[in-house]
Amino acid sequence: MSTHVPASPQQRVVADQSDIARALRRIAHEIVENLKGSTDLVLLGIPSRGVPLAQRIAFNIADIEGTSVPVGSLDVTLFRDDLRIRPAKALARTELPIGGIDGKTVVLVDDVLYSGRTIRAALDALNEFGRPKAVQLAVLVDRGHRELPIRADYVGKNLPTSHVEKVSVEISEIDEFDQVVIRES
Amino acid sequence: MKHLVSVADLTKTEAIRILDTAMQLDQVTEHGAKKLPTLRGRTVVNLFYEDSTRTRLSFELAAKRLSADVITFSAKGSSVSKGESLKDTALTLQAMGADAVIIRHFASGAAHQMAHTGWIKAHIINAGDGTHEHPTQALLDAYTIRRHLAPHRQDFEGLTVGIVGDVLHSRVARSNIGLLSALGAKVIVVGPPTLMPVGVEEWPCEIRYQLDDSLPELDAIMMLRVQQERMNGSFFPSVEEYSREYGLNRIRASRLPDHAVVMHPGPMNRGVEITAEVADGHRSVITEQVANGVIVRMAVLYLLIGGGAHD
Repeated sequence: MSTHVPASPQQRVVADQSDIARALRRIAHEIVENLKGSTDLVLLGIPSRGVPLAQRIAFNIADIEGTSVPVGSLDVTLFRDDLRIRPAKALARTELPIGGIDGKTVVLVDDVLYSGRTIRAALDALNEFGRPKAVQLAVLVDRGHRELPIRADYVGKNLPTSHVEKVSVEISEIDEFDQVVIRES
Repeated sequence: MKHLVSVADLTKTEAIRILDTAMQLDQVTEHGAKKLPTLRGRTVVNLFYEDSTRTRLSFELAAKRLSADVITFSAKGSSVSKGESLKDTALTLQAMGADAVIIRHFASGAAHQMAHTGWIKAHIINAGDGTHEHPTQALLDAYTIRRHLAPHRQDFEGLTVGIVGDVLHSRVARSNIGLLSALGAKVIVVGPPTLMPVGVEEWPCEIRYQLDDSLPELDAIMMLRVQQERMNGSFFPSVEEYSREYGLNRIRASRLPDHAVVMHPGPMNRGVEITAEVADGHRSVITEQVANGVIVRMAVLYLLIGGGAHD
């Protein structure tokens, strides 16, 4: 693991720890405002980095509303449409909160929204597990280049990028630091 | 991993990957997703030259849960009974575009021949060949052991597994000894000398001829079926004497450690290698083995044919 490297021609930090914390705080406020509270709300993170992001949003909502929000993990690998073009990937954990998702408002949480194909797979997966009242989407970074008619309801940061760039969301639960980095590939 | 013919085809990492995948699939199924779209459009052929209920049904269910198309081909009532060779059957399945062929055959080496002669491009999964191997049975046994005795660990260091009975005719024993020892478990094989294969001392296990003293050491005990259909000589004086020496009854089961589990690959000869009381008792995980079989076979199918070509 490298040490904290600031700007370099190949690698640009576009959000640091406090930017990420503020963005997640704002998303938490927006969810509560939009849903007029947090009853019947379930946050489902998409592994790997969506899960700790969902936990942080839940922590913020608990702080704002004083209520705890169930958090789960939804692996979409088995539902992807690109399985045929790469070797079989290891599966990540699917863990729905006790109480399930039937009749709940599910907010899917992911780190980066790009083609939209992960979210399409997530919608298919949800269909197998139950029937939520509504499904919304929160992402830390929206980098554009959608290939499907999907948009996020809550966006931490809009990041116009080119296809050749690679956007990495790094968070301390998994990586070394909280930061969003753009790399030339 | 292109084929699964023998547990020796698996590196320790690959074996752990199958068990990890099974664990995640278990979780997905437990949350209510019974049908997954993952293998939609793939064709899985069940090619059974030998009778089987649970293995054939288990593979069929596993493939269907992943949305594959399943064709079951049993030797009885097919052109095999008209004398078609394994090669011609393979060429037919190739022409029909099979993605995976699950083969059960009475001849040891049949699966290997299918996998390595170039007759067919499909991935080959050995569902039992003669007295050679039955790798998915060993994987489901390992998965069952992991769930009960090592739920948060990947390897089996420190665990002792006893495999008792007719080792000579048992492909289940062969595959289990290879896999469990590769995962780090200590394997103790117990049975009458007449039912030990030639060269067993070269295998990665300890050999004993007497069951009682071994019982307190075992974290899991796997009772093998006395395979009367494969026995063409006399290997022990009588079934009664076999049960008396090597059968698992209530008294023997009580000498196992409290956490130990009792396993059997099925079908059981109740009253021969295991008493009904122990088979249905609180330590028995025999029906769970059947349920785990479906999950583990889903994992194998996903890892073999779920992705794009990688060779």
